[in-house]
Amino acid sequence: MVGLDHASLSRLMPMYLALNDDGRITGIGPTLAKIIGGQVPLGQDFFRHFSVRRPAGITGMAQLRARAGQRLQLTLRIDGGNLRGLAMATDGGMLINLSFGIGIIEAVRQYSLTDSDFAVTDLAVEMLYLVEVKTAVMQELRRVNLRLEGAKTVAEEQAITDALTGLRNRRALELRLPQLIAQGIDFGLMHIDLDYFKQVNDTFGHAAGDTVLREVAKSLTIETRASDLVARIGGDEFVVVLPGLSDTARLAQIAQRIIDRLSTPINFEGQRCAISASIGLTISTRYAAPEPERMLSDADAALYASKHAGRAQAQFHQPTDSARLSSADGIAVADGRRA
Amino acid sequence: MHGLINRSIQCFLRDTYGACAWQSIASAAGLGFDNFEPLLRYDDGLTHAVVAAAAKQLARSRETVLEDLGTYLVSHPNLEGLRRLLRFGGVNFVEFLHSMEDLPEHGRLGLPDLDVPEFALEDLSDGRFLLRVSQLVPGIGHVVVGLLRAMADDYGALVLLDHGGIDDGREVVTVHLLDHAHSAGRRFELAMPGG
Repeated sequence: MVGLDHASLSRLMPMYLALNDDGRITGIGPTLAKIIGGQVPLGQDFFRHFSVRRPAGITGMAQLRARAGQRLQLTLRIDGGNLRGLAMATDGGMLINLSFGIGIIEAVRQYSLTDSDFAVTDLAVEMLYLVEVKTAVMQELRRVNLRLEGAKTVAEEQAITDALTGLRNRRALELRLPQLIAQGIDFGLMHIDLDYFKQVNDTFGHAAGDTVLREVAKSLTIETRASDLVARIGGDEFVVVLPGLSDTARLAQIAQRIIDRLSTPINFEGQRCAISASIGLTISTRYAAPEPERMLSDADAALYASKHAGRAQAQFHQPTDSARLSSADGIAVADGRRA
Repeated sequence: MHGLINRSIQCFLRDTYGACAWQSIASAAGLGFDNFEPLLRYDDGLTHAVVAAAAKQLARSRETVLEDLGTYLVSHPNLEGLRRLLRFGGVNFVEFLHSMEDLPEHGRLGLPDLDVPEFALEDLSDGRFLLRVSQLVPGIGHVVVGLLRAMADDYGALVLLDHGGIDDGREVVTVHLLDHAHSAGRRFELAMPGG
């Protein structure tokens, strides 16, 4: 057997306790003395300072001795702190070695522990090191995620935006129509094609054309609500989706206002660029089961009819060609069912 | 090279010389982006290009730039975390020096794919040491000189440091510890601050 004095035991096990047969403390490691605080409790009863939570039923030395070699869960009476340890029988008493277990992180803070409070063989400091490394890496990951989230938002916005006009693009339209249909929201669909745009481009150049397209975008934004989707889907082709609007009179009114506004010549470097617009309309409520492609193609057909009928006008799609809405008719709707 | 290392170089240049200086170094190095992401990997060539561009742009020698980088890594408040992790290595400067040999393992505990140079410490007695460093990047020894200088300050130790050239593919740093408790140094609590 090895005989060790208090100094050596303290180095090997800074949280040791030596008890005599009566359960009185005859030796205590410096770290344990530090966390108990106050006067070193030499000569005092072990059970006055510690209670054994597990195994249950240990309230005296006989029971403690019977559990020698088993893992003990103890509570420090002074502050309720949890410790774990092991008690072994010695000549005339017991030797107990304690540790903080997983409570180490909190204990280091609570008792202001330093390296020298731990045995050199203890991995406590490595454990603290790991917690800090983990925290630093997690922080970095969080930052990366925030940056990625921001970049993703920008990229998503760009993916559904028309670069020239800042309006939505065809992709945005293709995403939105199925959503509205799936949610059962009624909507009006307007297909707009500029009249005489090619002449503007050919006469005044592409810079003039681009200016006109930007002005048209502004006009369309002004004449529609924030909840409407205005998309540029081709060179001088636009689509407006108007959720919650299935009333033909209201739609016809909006279409007419758009035509009126776009018929005002646009100034480009002193040149008057005169255009107008032809519009084809359809409404989701006219379909038993609305389909985006079908509705777009119907609106396109109505647009073609408007062009064919002399431009600068709007028409609703009709299977029969009886629904003409011209500026001459004013707001009086030429819808087949109401005209 | 690991993004964390590239990111540290970026932060050093940005915090020391300003955002504009970093921007022009990044473009002179031909990065094609503004920021290194700390958890990605990059071609080693980019790291070399950044260091070379920084030396040229700042009209300083490569050695000086690298040494300043080493000092920045442990002394700048933005990298307090790294200083703390290094301080876990030992309670005094000599223990810390010995812990440099464990640095690759310590690094990999946190990030398994982190490149950390290998260190070998030779104790020549009388407070003299030779620290050999594997060449993660040419000139790594200068980074180590700057880092050890800042760590000596941190521990309050008085130390003479020098780059002793290259020996068998490893850069050699000579360390002469004159006084291990020259000044009070900076406090180090095991418990994480503010957590």
